[in-house]
Amino acid sequence: MSAKKLQYERPVIQKLNVGLMNKFGTRTEYTPLTHIDGNSVKDLLGKFGSPLFVISERTLRRTFREANRSFKTRYPKVQFAWSYKTNYMNAVCNAFHQEGSWAEVVSGFEYQKALNNGVPGNKIIFNGPDKTEAELKVAIANNSMIHIDHLDELYLIKEIAVESNKKPRVAIRVNMDTGVYPMWDRFGFNYENGQAWDAINKIMLNDKMELVGLHSHIGTFMLTPSAYGMAASKLSHLALEIKKKYKKNIQYIDMGGGFASKNTLKGSYLQGIDASPTFDQFAESICTAILNAGFTETDLPLLILETGRALIDESGYLLGTVVSNKRLSDGRRATILDFGVNILFTSFWYDHKISPAQEFSQYTEDAVLYGPLCMNIDVIRENITLPPLKRDDHVVVHSVGAYNMTQWMQFIALRPAIVMIDMEGNSHIIRKRETLDSIEKDEIVPKYLKDFKL
Amino acid sequence: MKLKKNLALSDSGFVFDPSTGDSFSTNPIGLEIIRMLKEGKNANDIKNHVTKTYMTDDASFEKDYYDFVNMLTKHNLVEGGEKEKN
Ligand SMILES: Cc1ncc(COP(=O)(O)O)c(C=O)c1O
Repeated sequence: MSAKKLQYERPVIQKLNVGLMNKFGTRTEYTPLTHIDGNSVKDLLGKFGSPLFVISERTLRRTFREANRSFKTRYPKVQFAWSYKTNYMNAVCNAFHQEGSWAEVVSGFEYQKALNNGVPGNKIIFNGPDKTEAELKVAIANNSMIHIDHLDELYLIKEIAVESNKKPRVAIRVNMDTGVYPMWDRFGFNYENGQAWDAINKIMLNDKMELVGLHSHIGTFMLTPSAYGMAASKLSHLALEIKKKYKKNIQYIDMGGGFASKNTLKGSYLQGIDASPTFDQFAESICTAILNAGFTETDLPLLILETGRALIDESGYLLGTVVSNKRLSDGRRATILDFGVNILFTSFWYDHKISPAQEFSQYTEDAVLYGPLCMNIDVIRENITLPPLKRDDHVVVHSVGAYNMTQWMQFIALRPAIVMIDMEGNSHIIRKRETLDSIEKDEIVPKYLKDFKL
Repeated sequence: MKLKKNLALSDSGFVFDPSTGDSFSTNPIGLEIIRMLKEGKNANDIKNHVTKTYMTDDASFEKDYYDFVNMLTKHNLVEGGEKEKN
């Protein structure tokens, strides 16, 4: 036999643009990521199949503690409530509940999930514009916090309260101008035009409901901490007006979610890691506004946060495999991966950071990354610089923990497994890979369509 | 398939085309192939050399080789710019 052969790499040649820094080709982007919390990417894919979602429990808890610390060092009473829609894998929810988070839900389905996970009814915040009468009855019986979105809901709750002889604990959702546009004014009652104050009076002048809180959620992926300061000032002002007029303390101010994660929005020149404010910056803006609003020390309301994506995005990874390489008609390299926009919904919003999962030389190519769906929109990255990848090589997509595992579609392919790596580095399946049976078990074919001859 | 005669190559994989002023960067195996092409080796010689030296097989390398040669043509590094067989 001949001497040991050398590692093979596809030959590549790339034109150098003199004087033009390649804005995509930052070295960190294609540094290989071979292990996640001590587990080799290759082994994980070998054991659980490709593609595969992986959640780092260590990153999840570290991120939560960092956020919690940012607020608790600035304000005496802080409570996080986990935004279920951001990622409602029960293992993920329970990790946040173990850290002390309450639950924030926006549908009857999510509400039931929180109850089944063991969250006490009085620690569930029920948001959203579409709560059915049956769902409201359950939430009222459980003493949950109901955040009223519109007047029809307010009247319905009043009716249920009269019938059931229970005093619902309610808050109103307030929308407002915080200098960030578009304004999310379709949810809740407007501050500037007096709708919010009007709704407050309707609740306060009726002894069937108890107004326990004031809520706002000013948007998502917010990059300006000062907008939160403005929102916190406006909610504080309402709370102080209530105190003045009705001699009643509002128990909590809920600032909603929306802090940007470290992802990079499409079209943004800055990488998310540089553009996104820190928890400290958001906390500083919010806490300063409430502390300076004019509450006496004993009247300071509890500060609730429904932070979603900023708490979970970085804990999530999507691992996948190269299916093929192609050359497009204009000469660009195209790499086809075994996962598409069906399971990576957020690739419509973000230029996700994607790393190869094996060592490479320092040579790179510009490429387009496609998913495997037979659809033109199935683009994971329109332009990325990566080392030459070949069939069966692995890649890792970073920061996919928020919204993908709830907004994914079962389309063309089955959805992959989700694995959580615990604090000791052990891997646990938290959702099994789908099978044909998991999709078809709820289907019913009428008898007359059972048979055919071809 | 003939490369332009006056291409300047450096050991670090830097390729300079004096006729256009364009410069390129290639990886070690790309550099080896360009050197062999400059020496007048044909596709078969190159394939034999690469599959003997590296952990790859005929079929995989052939695909990569034609892709690479296409890129050389596209970057205007080929004599006359014409696309020849082999
Ligand atoms: C009412 C409410 N709270 C919290 C969140 C979580 O937001 P984010 O993931 O942007 O932090 C949302 C999401 O849109 C929401 O609508």
